[in-house]
Amino acid sequence: MWENIKNIVIETGEITRFFIRFFGEFFRRGYEFKEMLRQCFFLGYKSLGLVVITGFIIGLVITIQSRPTLIKFGAEAWLPGMISVSLVREIVPVITALICAGKIGSGIGAELGSMKVTEQIDAMEVSGTNPFKYLVVTRVSAVTFMVPLLVVFADAISLYGGYLGVNLRGAISWDLYWTQVMEALSFGDIIPSIAKTFFFGFTIGIISCYKGYTTQHGTEGVGRSANAAVVISSLMVFILDLVAVQITDLLQLI
Amino acid sequence: MSEKTENGTETETSGTVICLENLCKSFGDHQVLHNFNLTLNKGENLVILGRSGSGKSVLIKCIIGLIKPDSGIIRVLQQDMSGIGLHELDQIRSRLGFLFQSNALYDSMTVRENLEFPLRRHRREMLEEEVDRLVEEALTNVGLPHTIDMMPSELSGGMRKRIALARTLILKPEIILYDEPTTGLDPITAGEISDLMIELGKKYHTSSIIISHDMRCVKKVAEKIVMLIDGRCYQKGTYEQLRMSENEAVKKFFES
Repeated sequence: MWENIKNIVIETGEITRFFIRFFGEFFRRGYEFKEMLRQCFFLGYKSLGLVVITGFIIGLVITIQSRPTLIKFGAEAWLPGMISVSLVREIVPVITALICAGKIGSGIGAELGSMKVTEQIDAMEVSGTNPFKYLVVTRVSAVTFMVPLLVVFADAISLYGGYLGVNLRGAISWDLYWTQVMEALSFGDIIPSIAKTFFFGFTIGIISCYKGYTTQHGTEGVGRSANAAVVISSLMVFILDLVAVQITDLLQLI
Repeated sequence: MSEKTENGTETETSGTVICLENLCKSFGDHQVLHNFNLTLNKGENLVILGRSGSGKSVLIKCIIGLIKPDSGIIRVLQQDMSGIGLHELDQIRSRLGFLFQSNALYDSMTVRENLEFPLRRHRREMLEEEVDRLVEEALTNVGLPHTIDMMPSELSGGMRKRIALARTLILKPEIILYDEPTTGLDPITAGEISDLMIELGKKYHTSSIIISHDMRCVKKVAEKIVMLIDGRCYQKGTYEQLRMSENEAVKKFFES
């Protein structure tokens, strides 16, 4: 028991040091811009398909599930407005972040982990490259910028899914659907929901990089790092979401 | 040439490219290196022989600055490595080559990109044509020019070792540190790698420290051998001198 608590405290301290080192290296001269763009392509663009499909399905499913309840209250006409707010504010950002935690987090954890155990990180250092800047700063930056973009795409696609869901059992014109969606959404819904995804992305990036970069115990450790990267990142997404809701509430944006 | 001082340590002279004095390193309670002394002279191939876990890899990682020693002096190419800045360390590293035990080829890059990586980092001003020429030359040296656009995962163990050797040599280093260059290879490939190390060493006039416990490779490449046991310099001499040694620990190694 005490051993576990001690380990958690030590790990928290190590992540904090890693976090501080990240900012130290981020603001140091000599940015690896080309590598960051490459990572944006691999981590962002390559996740687009998955995010788009899940976004569409979420939009469709939430609409189908919500309809019977609204019909009970005679409020079927509110369906587009209601689903747009719940999708854009909460469901899509969290689900997209969880997908990214799974796909991107495990990828980074495993990649850096295997680089660590096969001495590729040492080889990079010997080749006159700061491996932290080249591998960690670029990946964390790329995930931080790509997750919000993916969320924006997923938001839009989920609303298309919602349109299909509304029309499966009822009938609503394209124009009317979008008019109702736009009327229901305000900047107070969109801006906080996008803002929190930067934090989601940063957290996924920093935790996955930390886990990969500090991998030990050979190939067994690589699997453990990838797994821990996904589990901790996913948990942190929920914790950050809780904090974001409290802040939005305090600022009276809800 | 190196000279012995009164306290038994070796000091560098003009021909010395690496000099270690009283080097100590421990991990927790486990002391890996105990007051280790060593000199490598220009053009010399020095083999460090020892059992697994005796501190050989830690030693060469200390030399190249990947591990910081607890105490002692490391001088590489007349430059004291303690308290050295990152820029100076990079300059020294550009004159050193390091062949990793696991080859350490970047999995996500092609052979060409692997070879270009140290060039683009250490010689940023180099023209594209010059980079291409050096990559082709390095691959020709190791007999694998056709692998230029392949990924490391498409290569056999021996080919990967050759590519790693080509990457190590691409900056034309003055000193090469080999960390178990023939481990995991079949005897024929291991022999080819040993021959390649000798051939390229002569071609580029390099000095080398080779960590190995492959006795065939040791016999081929060693001009001087240092026997490392429990982090201490146990015995030194030529291959023949150590082979004839009456010391039990040394005998066991050579008989096996």
